[in-house]
Amino acid sequence: MINIEVNNRQVQAKENEMLLVTLRREGIHVPTMCHLEDLSPSGACRLCVVEVAGHPNLVPSCSFPVYPDMKVQTHSPRALKARKTIIELLLSNHPDDCLYCERNNTCQLRLMAEEMGVRARRFRGEKNNFHKDISSPSIVRDPAKCVLCGKCVRICEEVQAVAAIDFTGRGSQAQVGPAFNEGLNVSSCVNCGQCIRVCPTGALVEHSHLAEVEMALNDPEMIVVAQHAPAISVTLAELFGDKPGRDVNGALVTLLRKLGFDRVFDTSFSADLTIMEEGSELVHRIKNGGVLPMMTTCSPGWIKYVEQTFPDLLPNLSTCRSPQQMLGALIKSFYAEREGIDPSKIYSVSIMPCTAKKFEAERPEFSRDGLADVDAVLTTRELAQLARRRGLNLADMEPEVADNPLGSRSTAGKLFGGSGGVMEAALRSAFFLLTGRNLDELKVQAVRGLDGVKEATIDIDGLMVNVAVVSGLENARVLLEEVRAGRKDLHFIEVMTCPGGCINGGGQPIETDIEAVKARMKLLYQIDRDESVRLSHENKAVQQVYQEFLGEPLSELSHKLLHTHYDPREVLK
Amino acid sequence: MSAPLTDIQPILDRYPNASRDALIPLLQDVQEVQGFISKETVVSIGKHLNLPASKIYGVATFYNQFRFQPLGRYHVQICRGTACHVKGSATIFETLKRELGIEAGETARDGQFSLEVVACLGACGLAPLICVNGKFHGNVTGDSVRKILRAYRKEAKKEATNE
Amino acid sequence: MSKHENPRGAANMSPDDKARLCRESVDKPVIYIGTGTCGLGAGAGEALAVIEEFLEGRNDDVAIIQVGCIGLCAMEPMLDIQLPGKTRLCFGNVTEDKVVGILEPMLSGGLPEQAPLFQFNGAGQTPWSDVIGIDEHPFFAPQTRWVLKNCGLIDPGSIDEYYARGGYEALNAVIHGMTPAETCDAVEQSGLRGRGGGGFPAGRKWKFALNTAAEQKYLICNADEGDPGAFMDRAVIEGDPHRLVEGMAIAAYGIGATKGIVYLRAEYPLAIERLEVALAQAREHGLLGQNIQDSGFDLDIKIKKGAGAFVCGEETALIHSVEGKRGMPRPRPPFPAVRGAFGCPTIINNVETLTNLPELLANGADWFAAVGTETSKGTKVFALSGKITNTGLVEVAMGTKLHDVIYSIGGGIPDGKKFKAVQIGGPSGGCITVDYLDIAIDYESLKTLGAMMGSGGLVVMDEDNCMVDVAKFFMDFIQRESCGKCIPCREGTRRMLEILESITRSRRNEDKNMALERFQGVVNLEELAEVIKDTSLCGLGQSAPNPVLSTLRYFRDEYEAHIYERTCPAGVCTELLHYSIDAEACTGCTVCAKKCPTDAIMGAPKSPHYIVQDKCIACGNCLTVCRFDAVSTK
Repeated sequence: MINIEVNNRQVQAKENEMLLVTLRREGIHVPTMCHLEDLSPSGACRLCVVEVAGHPNLVPSCSFPVYPDMKVQTHSPRALKARKTIIELLLSNHPDDCLYCERNNTCQLRLMAEEMGVRARRFRGEKNNFHKDISSPSIVRDPAKCVLCGKCVRICEEVQAVAAIDFTGRGSQAQVGPAFNEGLNVSSCVNCGQCIRVCPTGALVEHSHLAEVEMALNDPEMIVVAQHAPAISVTLAELFGDKPGRDVNGALVTLLRKLGFDRVFDTSFSADLTIMEEGSELVHRIKNGGVLPMMTTCSPGWIKYVEQTFPDLLPNLSTCRSPQQMLGALIKSFYAEREGIDPSKIYSVSIMPCTAKKFEAERPEFSRDGLADVDAVLTTRELAQLARRRGLNLADMEPEVADNPLGSRSTAGKLFGGSGGVMEAALRSAFFLLTGRNLDELKVQAVRGLDGVKEATIDIDGLMVNVAVVSGLENARVLLEEVRAGRKDLHFIEVMTCPGGCINGGGQPIETDIEAVKARMKLLYQIDRDESVRLSHENKAVQQVYQEFLGEPLSELSHKLLHTHYDPREVLK
Repeated sequence: MSAPLTDIQPILDRYPNASRDALIPLLQDVQEVQGFISKETVVSIGKHLNLPASKIYGVATFYNQFRFQPLGRYHVQICRGTACHVKGSATIFETLKRELGIEAGETARDGQFSLEVVACLGACGLAPLICVNGKFHGNVTGDSVRKILRAYRKEAKKEATNE
Repeated sequence: MSKHENPRGAANMSPDDKARLCRESVDKPVIYIGTGTCGLGAGAGEALAVIEEFLEGRNDDVAIIQVGCIGLCAMEPMLDIQLPGKTRLCFGNVTEDKVVGILEPMLSGGLPEQAPLFQFNGAGQTPWSDVIGIDEHPFFAPQTRWVLKNCGLIDPGSIDEYYARGGYEALNAVIHGMTPAETCDAVEQSGLRGRGGGGFPAGRKWKFALNTAAEQKYLICNADEGDPGAFMDRAVIEGDPHRLVEGMAIAAYGIGATKGIVYLRAEYPLAIERLEVALAQAREHGLLGQNIQDSGFDLDIKIKKGAGAFVCGEETALIHSVEGKRGMPRPRPPFPAVRGAFGCPTIINNVETLTNLPELLANGADWFAAVGTETSKGTKVFALSGKITNTGLVEVAMGTKLHDVIYSIGGGIPDGKKFKAVQIGGPSGGCITVDYLDIAIDYESLKTLGAMMGSGGLVVMDEDNCMVDVAKFFMDFIQRESCGKCIPCREGTRRMLEILESITRSRRNEDKNMALERFQGVVNLEELAEVIKDTSLCGLGQSAPNPVLSTLRYFRDEYEAHIYERTCPAGVCTELLHYSIDAEACTGCTVCAKKCPTDAIMGAPKSPHYIVQDKCIACGNCLTVCRFDAVSTK
């Protein structure tokens, strides 16, 4: 530890750490727009500049290592003026449409302008005339609002190994976009939406489905059905002012009903169903020498990534559809039949922590007779907005129970919301499928937690099953390269596109930070600890659906409704 | 007009097992033979170097040297260095634009002339200066530029009738 | 000449060979023609063709040697002739039409009608009478030529000629007689500072790299020369490429690098070609490669062609470019000397710094430090251009008066015009006015005047140059060359340019808030300049406002004339000019009327035209299209 002086006060700092880290630890606020935790500093925005005695220029605290006895002024008039001017410069090249901007309440640029006290338009001049890209089913890109902080570029490349976008051009004509400024839809973008989450402005937002959903909700002919993903109930309260760490499963059901949804189902149900199908598939592959390691297919960003980057490993993907698509298919088949509803009169909406699910819902594989299995996908953020529009506050909702049978779940299905959850649920049921017994200890500690790469070996009565769990596609890429190079020991790999899983998905609240993700994960584990039905194969509703409709896992009807196959995909990459 | 592009595989073969630092030389070599950088080029180089297309496009658009459209038969470069500027290259530039009917960075529709502004050709002793297909023309005036262009037009015409 | 007589240099070369290779004695007439880029641009290629044609028709045994540029660009194409026993004579402006007039009498042993510029010195040679020596020539006499020593004299394609003039002796002495640390010490003691702009002591920088343990280190020569108005790197590489190879080898040895990269502008094809030849020769002679001259030292040097980005003069941007990335600077630390190219310790020096090394190491640190000022040692090469009689490349001792460079060497301002300012240091530098021409040039003195050494471009401006226009020119350059990474430079330089544009825009073309922008202009320019300097990520941004600040400092009245009186005193800013047609000169060709976008020009064909002032938008079209100089501005 060394001593430095900040704003005339002695402060302890770790040797060689960046000044910004020290300041944050001390609770001294210095604004920044381009800083990303855990990645090397970019130094692009210059907003974190501070005055350091003996240095002729202001220094950027994000990329300036501390040294003993340095004297720092973080809010000197000179530093404040520089920051304010930088914001004014950004505003001079920014569309003046805050009133219409999706990010108006979460826009860092607007908030910083407020913080700096920008009250006049000091610089006028030409603004860049860039075109909006609405080609992607998941993400809308508006380069005119981009401040070139580069966070999206770095997330996309360094965390997700996709690199669909980069800086193009130079100087004032620089922008962020795919190669040849093509649409995102033909690029290698996997629609994960991590870029949206780090974007400080409205330059990257989700492709909203709110209008369509509103239309359906107002159509008296339509039965509007909702399903909500495991990660939604552990997150949603944050968008209504709660601190991370409150589960609102029951209130969420009530909220959806009050919004006008005729039925409310739970994607965790189809997660249990996925375990039945995928677990059976895994057992089948192990017993019959099928392609191993088998890889999960719950995460649509990941699937597209394999299609375009590792097409040779497509046979390793499980043939199971994702829980969203399984439930979508069941709603318009099993449920419609059972209730005597014309499937074309069902409007199926899923609430997802994910933007890639919008892309997945539009895949041609997932519609039958011209009817999409899932008609619209709302992100966590969009759901909160819909609620605000109706003046509904989550806190006022008396908890209710979801509709049956597609609304009942085990806690194993719920675990799907975090990295390792699919694996844990699958191992519990695979053990049962292979041995007829349940594990003594259901909790599989080795696959829990936020680590990007987790590996474990499970002894299933002498059969040693080797599994790996990765989240974040860069981690997946490394593992896949190993498999491609001939790594043979693994049986089963769980991949979630977003780091930490769906609780950190691209459709989650913009404000999400590492602490929030930890809290959400903790909630999932708490639910699993506290409830009694903890095994997918013990979910009564799942058993009922097999009895009444599907027959058994991997049955012909299952194959038709719950499985699919994927082909190599050509993209501009 | 659009001749089939030369195969770039031989160029790629000159860089076996190359890594990213070969990107700019590769782009330069390809542009040398093809005249510009095409989408196909970007994809093939990407496969060769195992680099995403977005990165290659990002690099190519960063540097002045790379073009995404074919050049005209005569590539006119006007030096806009300091020495040329103080000796009146702004007026020369205006004259060129007017005579050729194109803006900087454009190629005339008949494919005869392209006009490019370069930061400095490094022959400041000859300012103001233009360069056509690698040949320097120093100490130019509005009139001499017109004369130079006329000569190239004539040459092109002659070649056309001979063909 | 390609077969090498002596791989170890001139040390054990026979005096005869040495004399022959140094051209102290020639056995037949030799014609030297400068075919550097400048020379070729001025017509040396055509002249050469005429020479060859002329000689073909005769039976004389004459050698033709293509040499680099001696630096007097204003006199290009330049041709030297050396007859056996006589000193070498230099002729200027030898365009193709003048070749025969010179060759004919010369090859018969007499002086031609066109007077030679000067004669070279030559031991044991008979000088020509009535011809001044190079030491008496006003352009060369005040110079101290260390870096440019061989330029224009030797055949750049011959390693033996370089040997004969002492080439590679310094390298041999260093790798056999000094440790890397001693080499760094010598360079540090000499006081050599980076010639690329920053002026950081070269030896001290080297030591950072030397003292960083690493498996691999890189030496990069920055030959990108992005400064508009500077061309010394090109001339040195074209004229004396082995000097750079030797300098790089010494530097690489000093820091412990085994890989060298020359980052050379793609716009300099001739320099690339000549350097490639030199590198191949050096490899063949065992001056590059494994175990150089049995010293155990390994080095290879490769050329990377720059793809055109001024910002790549910044070290971290250059490294990114070498690595195949966008040339965007990154924050420092870590400094390249510790973590540079491919993560390895990397030293980047520019061409002039490196080409100083052979002389420095051959003669010792004390010899080097004896020339110059207190803080700046040695010489500096300047590229003289703009409104000056002797445009060209000059090398003077540090501490030389700026006045001497412009008036003695440069020959003053042509056409009897008045000197206004000299711009030094390119887009990062500033202007120096007549009041300060007496300063002794060094890094510090220039800084106190708001300019900087930069790479040494000296662009002279006379009374016909508008300083607001010059500031606008640099701002336009900088904002186009800004990499776009950091906000103050990307957005700020653009806004500064727009303010300058509003200042030079005619009232007629102003709309909305432009008049307000104009009135607030100077204040906003100064405020923006301060923030851009204070917060930008790299040197390009931090120095971007300098041209504006410097012109504001010395020529505020010109700004005010533009802003308040709406006139351009120098008559450059077209929109602020008042256009009229001289009825005497006008032939009534109607071209101007046709090109006028607002139909402001009236007149019948073949009779004088006139401009309707109310309609004129001062676009300047008529001025550019008129071939009879009939359009005037005031």
